[in-house]
Amino acid sequence: MRLQKATHYGLYAVLELARDPSRQLSAMDIADLYGISSNHLSKVLRDLGRAGLVDSVRGAGGGYRFSGNSKRITLMDVINIFEDIGSDSSSAADPGDETDIGSALLMVLGEIDEISRATFGSITLDTLLKTMRWRQERREKAVE
Amino acid sequence: MNSGKRSIQISLRPAGFTDLQQIVNLDAKVSGMEKKEYWEDRFSRLTSRDGRHLIVAESDCVTGIQGLANILGFIVGEVRAWEFGSHPCGWVFAIGVSPDHRVQGIGEKLFEAICQAFKADGASSVRTMIARQDQLNMSFFRAQGMMGGPFIELEKPLD
Repeated sequence: MRLQKATHYGLYAVLELARDPSRQLSAMDIADLYGISSNHLSKVLRDLGRAGLVDSVRGAGGGYRFSGNSKRITLMDVINIFEDIGSDSSSAADPGDETDIGSALLMVLGEIDEISRATFGSITLDTLLKTMRWRQERREKAVE
Repeated sequence: MNSGKRSIQISLRPAGFTDLQQIVNLDAKVSGMEKKEYWEDRFSRLTSRDGRHLIVAESDCVTGIQGLANILGFIVGEVRAWEFGSHPCGWVFAIGVSPDHRVQGIGEKLFEAICQAFKADGASSVRTMIARQDQLNMSFFRAQGMMGGPFIELEKPLD
């Protein structure tokens, strides 16, 4: 599955900031880390600020800081700020959806959407960051 | 069920028949459904065979009814192998923690204990099956490092 560009950028930014909540990073800092457009990321960070996930700190040395609860906020909460994944794939949108084949295909797509929502909704930012650390440790152990 | 702000002194041990009623009660409280016959059957199978485990967490400082240890949580599982080519794998099929004692690391300790038991039985991975809408348990298992595995659950209604 593919997420929209803004959603991806939002996840990068929130997770990068949640990695160390005491740290402030500018849009440029984050954009450089992920090789993405800082203009686009600035808009995304404003959306995250409106949703209460990041605080902007003005002035010299200013930037953004994570302001949410990483043990409570799930990937789905972040995704929902930018897009609505598969919300109405089970209801007919095209004329073909009402045919027997169309409705059977909708049922399969609905199943995939449900799995996606359940997966994103069960992974908190804290869990993803922890999983990342575990994977890193496992890779390091394998090299030793 | 994540380890969190408070912690309580608990001990873990394999369940015995005297724990049955407390587990039935705790499961009924957590799941909203009393299943006494199911648990009696589970007890007779799980406490008597290798590769099957029913572990309880009891409080070191709280005594329950009739002087029995106060059971605050339980976990149940067994090692299964070669179903559609699956290598020996520990299956967790129930976990419950008293709602009044959540976020104190009890679930995490139970999970770690059953993983150790599965490992000792020769399993190389641990597996479970959760309803998609069961965000509490799904988030708990995710927080223990579990992810979607190589098998997928399929079902159909039997008319």
